[in-house]
Amino acid sequence: MALLECRKLTKRFGGLVAVNRVDLVVEPQSIHSVIGPNGAGKTTLFNCITGFYRADEGEILFQGEPIHWLSPTHIARKGIARTYQNIRLFGNISVLENVLIGMHIHLKSGLIAPLLNLKSFIEEEKEAYKRAMELLEYLDIAEWAFFKARNLPYGQQRRLEIARALALQPKLLLLDEPTAGMNPKETEETTQLIKRLRDELGITILLIEHDMRVVMNISDVVTVLDYGEKISEGTPDQVRSDPRVIEAYLGHGAASGLKPVASAGTVAKGG
Amino acid sequence: MNTPLRAAFRAGLAGSLIALHLALVGMVEAFNKREIIQDTVTLGQLLLLGVSIGTALYALQLIPQERRATRDGWLTALVSVSVVSLTLMLLSLAIQTINLRFMFQNASKELVRILTFHTPGVVGLVKLWLFILVGGILGVGYLFVPRPWNRVLSIAAGATLIMGVMRSIVTPLLPDLLVDALYTASGLKRIGAVVLFVLWSAILYTYPRWKARAQTLQTLEVRLGPRTIPLPVFLGIVVLFALPAILREEGSYLFEVLDMVGIYIIMGFGLNIVVGYAGLLDLGYVAFFAIGAYTMAVLSTPELPVVREFLTQTIGRSTLNFWEIIPIVIVISLISGVLLGVPVLKTHGDYLAIITLGFGEIIRLLVISDLLKPILGGAQGITGVARPTFFGKFVINESWEYFYLIVITIGIALYISVRLRDSRAGRAMKAIREDEEVAKAMGIDHVAAKLSAFATGAVMAGLAGALFSSRLYSIAPHSFNVLISINVLCLLIVGGMGSLPGVVVGALALVGLPEVLREFAEFRLLVYGAALIIMMLYKPEGLWPERARVSPIAKEVFGDRLQQLKIE
Repeated sequence: MALLECRKLTKRFGGLVAVNRVDLVVEPQSIHSVIGPNGAGKTTLFNCITGFYRADEGEILFQGEPIHWLSPTHIARKGIARTYQNIRLFGNISVLENVLIGMHIHLKSGLIAPLLNLKSFIEEEKEAYKRAMELLEYLDIAEWAFFKARNLPYGQQRRLEIARALALQPKLLLLDEPTAGMNPKETEETTQLIKRLRDELGITILLIEHDMRVVMNISDVVTVLDYGEKISEGTPDQVRSDPRVIEAYLGHGAASGLKPVASAGTVAKGG
Repeated sequence: MNTPLRAAFRAGLAGSLIALHLALVGMVEAFNKREIIQDTVTLGQLLLLGVSIGTALYALQLIPQERRATRDGWLTALVSVSVVSLTLMLLSLAIQTINLRFMFQNASKELVRILTFHTPGVVGLVKLWLFILVGGILGVGYLFVPRPWNRVLSIAAGATLIMGVMRSIVTPLLPDLLVDALYTASGLKRIGAVVLFVLWSAILYTYPRWKARAQTLQTLEVRLGPRTIPLPVFLGIVVLFALPAILREEGSYLFEVLDMVGIYIIMGFGLNIVVGYAGLLDLGYVAFFAIGAYTMAVLSTPELPVVREFLTQTIGRSTLNFWEIIPIVIVISLISGVLLGVPVLKTHGDYLAIITLGFGEIIRLLVISDLLKPILGGAQGITGVARPTFFGKFVINESWEYFYLIVITIGIALYISVRLRDSRAGRAMKAIREDEEVAKAMGIDHVAAKLSAFATGAVMAGLAGALFSSRLYSIAPHSFNVLISINVLCLLIVGGMGSLPGVVVGALALVGLPEVLREFAEFRLLVYGAALIIMMLYKPEGLWPERARVSPIAKEVFGDRLQQLKIE
């Protein structure tokens, strides 16, 4: 059974159809990329899946269960976590606390336990602190634990966002342009990190990415959106040679002027 | 960057405007009535001296750093303050030749006498110039005195002057012999000022913190070991509890002030949870204060027949006592906190502020309405509010006795704030403050987080209100206007949003200080406004801002590892 399934998903903003009858099947333990030119509806798709937007038509199934009518809070509790295109950390609190907030749904204490300083509360907090620190170590940002999040260097902020999302212990992780603004070295590190998340933690990953080297390198399946519609889907190689994809990126007629197997980097620059 | 001369004129012009303003609104004249050091310095002169020092420092800021501690620095500072004194000289000449009072009520002959040290003619003007020049020399001199002496001496001077200004607060704390030696009826004696200054300098110089500051810290400084109350805190608590009993005779005024400060601290902790932790800008916070105060008053006064009858029929007694009402206050303010919370769950920022403002006004209007007069006392208010009793014998009456109750309540509010800060619920509130949408996508229930913030804040304000009405013995609707909400919010801003020590600092600065300078109450809002503008420009994070903290649990869990982590 697919982990996530979108059926004929449609989202309109006034007259603009941002996502148009998109079908998407994400298999468990896969790295599934969504690519497309700017304004293709990729982030809108993410916002529909995480409940920020309510889809106008179609349905979203997570582990066979419809989730398109749930609130973001409940969707998060089902096991879907995400990061954001423009980093959205809790800037004025410490890095460690950011991760602790990510663990929110796995902790139990309410208002009374901390006030009475119950043993259960202290034990739970200690455990949470340890796990949070482990996550920070996993992402190699443990030394920054007591910095305010907004004072972190850019690359570390991206990592922290992933750490915070991982704290939810998600089954599905939505990454929205995780390498945006990174230099080649950082991009390579992030690519390896995404692979590790899948291989070591068994998390399914749905990825929006503009850097074609990353996409072609690690994706099992690539879905291409253009003007809200799905125009192609398949393995990286299949998508790379699809004339419709090249057309979407380079304009009408461009496909005939290129070799069938254009280098991935060229396509990216064209987009 | 500016040339020294240009910087001097720029700063001098700014300083002149401020000095003119202070003189013409009447602050110099009013403040001059308060002597700080006998026959030497008055508060009014101090005001002008402050402007002068500020002008010099501002002028120095405008020139490149490497030129400040040179002849250029002297030139800049002294020219800039000379511009200020020139302005003031022109003002006194203008007042003497033409009548400015048709426009500036305070441009009086008395102002001229103050400015020229009661000396007519050119000699007076020269005295004024020399006086203002002293400020410039002090300002630039700071750069030439080696560290740490410059800090030690300036803070010692500040502390001495504050002890002079706060004569009414300080004298009850000292033995009579010392008071007679140091103080006159209105301020410090000259010898007293010198002794205090030397004493403060000595204390500050030996204070080890200065030396520690000099070394930059590379790693997190963490004290490990069993969790105990540090000695200074313990001593502080002992003093806090011993003092009122010792000083009850002389210190009644002191405790009047401290009670008010304390009540504001309780409210500050409460609003800090709502605004500081959860980021919900609440401008109607006074509503909960009023609800607490009125609950206490209505249930305990013998005045309201309708309520008396109702109580007699239901519980067989016509009034309740203080301790019976406190739990009711908690429950009612909790419920009203939730009631306000529910309709505003979906609003943010400005909209939330407007709605809460409306809520505060609704409560105030209900209280003064004729309709509810039989229950709430109407515009005249209610008298005969219960005072707390112990075992039916010992009655709490005096302000120093209330001080104990208030300190205990502050302790409870502080405890709740501290526990909440490092708990799951508190983190959820902070997440909502930072980014509500992301918080929801982390699975945080924003309804629960917001309502618990509103409810906790409301309970603290309710308790503060109950103490307030009981202490005053009577309450009237006009004590519960929107200014209270604004005051509490301001003390949070001044102290530092979200910071717990900041609440205390803010309350002392915004409630304590105006109480001490009560005779200048008419200038209170003016100073408030100026202070807030300066704060927002130069220290927007507050006097005691919240830092990224290492919680006690983190210390316990990570221990020595913390030494290897980076700090800000």
